[in-house]
Amino acid sequence: MNIVACVKQVPDTEALIKVKPDGSGIDEGGIKWVMNPYDEYGVEEALRLKEAKGGEVTIVSVGPARAMETIRTALAMGAEKGVHVSDPLLDNTDAYTTAAALAAVIKGLNPDIIFCGQRAIDDDSGQVGSILAAILGIPQVTIVTKLEMADGKIKAIKPIEGAQLVIESTLPCVITTQKGLNEPRYASLPGIMKAKKKPVDVKNAAALGIATEPKAKVAKMTPPPDRAPGKIIAGDDPAAKAAELVRLLREEAKVI
Amino acid sequence: MAKGVWMVAEQRDGALRKVSFEIASAARKLADELGDEVCAVVIGSGVEGLAPELGKYGVDKVYVADAPVFANYTTDAYAAAVAKVVKENDPAILLCAASVLGKDLSSRLAGTLATGLAADCTELKIADGKLIAVRPMYAGKCFGQVVTSSFPQMASLRPNVFPVKENAKAGAVVKFDAGVSDADVKAKTVEVQKDASGKMELTEADVIVSGGRGMKGPEGYAILEELAGLLRAAVGASRASVDAGWRPQSDQVGQTGKVVSPNLYIACGISGAIQHLAGMSSSKYIVAINKDAEAPIFAKADYGIVDDLFKVVPEVTKEVKKILS
Repeated sequence: MNIVACVKQVPDTEALIKVKPDGSGIDEGGIKWVMNPYDEYGVEEALRLKEAKGGEVTIVSVGPARAMETIRTALAMGAEKGVHVSDPLLDNTDAYTTAAALAAVIKGLNPDIIFCGQRAIDDDSGQVGSILAAILGIPQVTIVTKLEMADGKIKAIKPIEGAQLVIESTLPCVITTQKGLNEPRYASLPGIMKAKKKPVDVKNAAALGIATEPKAKVAKMTPPPDRAPGKIIAGDDPAAKAAELVRLLREEAKVI
Repeated sequence: MAKGVWMVAEQRDGALRKVSFEIASAARKLADELGDEVCAVVIGSGVEGLAPELGKYGVDKVYVADAPVFANYTTDAYAAAVAKVVKENDPAILLCAASVLGKDLSSRLAGTLATGLAADCTELKIADGKLIAVRPMYAGKCFGQVVTSSFPQMASLRPNVFPVKENAKAGAVVKFDAGVSDADVKAKTVEVQKDASGKMELTEADVIVSGGRGMKGPEGYAILEELAGLLRAAVGASRASVDAGWRPQSDQVGQTGKVVSPNLYIACGISGAIQHLAGMSSSKYIVAINKDAEAPIFAKADYGIVDDLFKVVPEVTKEVKKILS
């Protein structure tokens, strides 16, 4: 099996996000960078598939120089090799351009299956896996919580509002991974040592022959609107405080 | 020249979902500013009769692809059908739902149409004839204003955010042949397993009652379930309580769970970790019940009660019962 897992380096979920005063982006000072949590499920699923069926896992990432750390983390978990698309022209680019870069790399790898996190927790777009599948002209199954492979096909569970879909797809296909799919492993110390020697190709946009102008541009970023200070309902009697809360919700907020 | 505000209406089992009316109302507003018409696309099997309902919310024309191949949602068939009619008509703007299926469809379409998509938007504006789509990023820790340089300018709209507004238009049916057959569907929906519990979906609920580590265990949620039942609310959970196995993963609210914007969010025994606040701070009203007066959740709350939730919540339930009776 030829397996690809795409990863993105993102700020840790506990990171405080500060918008730069000119609204051009976020202030990256003091941020701890990690592998996008949804991509961890993709890497784990790729490794489990390889362990069950044999083959090789290639990690592909689009990101600045620091994204190499995230590729090494995936290699330490057990992937064989990596491709790092690194180009200042692609920093903070949009989903389409990221997917185009991934597609340019992945075409040459001739994979049976491709994993992407269902969304990255930085820009929250949730588009890259689908656009990648569209560019490659292969099917996609997004936001998957269970996956089986047999007879050259996959069977996946996709939860939707009030139901879950059972989807069967031909290969190759793109799977986007959701929490619940598996429990990602930690990199072992020997794994971390070995990862240092595993091959990672570094490519820029020109080498891939892709356009770098984003189609959807974040023209400006702003901090979230401030919430007006709230009321703490004072008192010692839980029943009296509960009654006051319900009164406020009904008469002032008019939400119940 | 690209023209017109288009939308994809979402239907399930032959009924339009509420988010479709939210999108129609938002599309009408944009179209009025641009002096354009609103066209909706409906894909399904036995769905032709849905057009007048969309007309009620401001849709001028409804393009309908009605065929057995569309009986269940599949990315392949739905995206091929929408892409065909969109390419033939060249709209300026294309809006979709940021529901689970809408996200799947809209992102595939962005790839097929090679255009920009602003996902999960909470506000849409027009400036100099262009769409400005405002969307939360970093789960709401900041907002981005997205401008798309290609056509159609795509945006998916977060459910429960855009107001539904009646504005009667023709809703005239235009049938089209999508030219999609079973052979085109590579990823097939072989089964739809409906959730028999009748549980309210978090992202669509008007009211959410949510519990965190302070619930002390899975049995603690019984008092939240009771209150939620009365308020016709969904029950949510923090990451801590999901990771502890107290609640299913589908209940998780936060940066690595669901991002919600109900009218009312009642946080019980939730301290308010950054990643949780990110998932619920766009709620219209927030109530916090927590015995720790220093808990960060109180900084986001409109109303707070500092006390033992196991004493307060049952009293809230009693009071709600009184006003509803």
